[in-house]
Amino acid sequence: MNAKAISTAPLEVEEPAGVKVVNPDLPWMVIVWNDPINLMSYVTFVFQKLFGYSRQKAHRLMLQVHNEGKAVVSSGPREKAEFDTARLHAHGLWATMQHGG
Amino acid sequence: MDEERFIRRRGAGSYAIDIPASQRELLRKLPLELRSLLDSDHPSLLRLFPPAYPDDPERSAEYDSMVRAQLVSSRKHALDILEKTIDAEQVDAEELAAWLSVLNDLRLFLGTSLDVTEETFDEPMPGDDPAGQAMALYLYLGWLEEQAVEALAADLPEGSD
Repeated sequence: MNAKAISTAPLEVEEPAGVKVVNPDLPWMVIVWNDPINLMSYVTFVFQKLFGYSRQKAHRLMLQVHNEGKAVVSSGPREKAEFDTARLHAHGLWATMQHGG
Repeated sequence: MDEERFIRRRGAGSYAIDIPASQRELLRKLPLELRSLLDSDHPSLLRLFPPAYPDDPERSAEYDSMVRAQLVSSRKHALDILEKTIDAEQVDAEELAAWLSVLNDLRLFLGTSLDVTEETFDEPMPGDDPAGQAMALYLYLGWLEEQAVEALAADLPEGSD
């Protein structure tokens, strides 16, 4: 499933300059984006609840989302990243996935 | 500071709901709208179901087909619990988590419809702003939600760094 995008790409097409070739062994990262609606306390709470993070760690991640616009909140194989993303979506957080570093 | 609270933790896994009757009526009606919206294609729903792979529409669609139905049904389940406990004076952790879920979804939906930004509340709103009532509702839901979060957070395990 992971290789689908690569295997269907026409061979004669070269990668456009600047596009990173992603190592399939790299983990998928789950990114939470800042939004003006979710309460800061709620975001901290969700990070604690879903990922078992301490209050301090959850608070730090929430502040990173708030101040820098986004934060990586978990990572792993694609299936785990999708699972975490779905749980974040169930809790109303704006989460996306990205492959590699 | 002894501020007024409508939702309080009573003890481990037990929470008092002390909301006046008129406001409970409001909380009974609002979720009905949310329930019918969940099956619609209202643009504000994008906020509840964001694309998982923003640069890959194909994978996002695949993800959506896998999880969308479950995301909708877990939200309807929370609505069911809220409806069942709307008059309760005491709820357990699962029930309060359902309240929190509905309160948050209502805020997300309302906030998206109102186009709330980080700056929205920097300036006081003109009293005759037609969106004033919806904004007041948005703030009220946030005020209740803070209390639900605080009550539930007190029962979370310590967690790890």
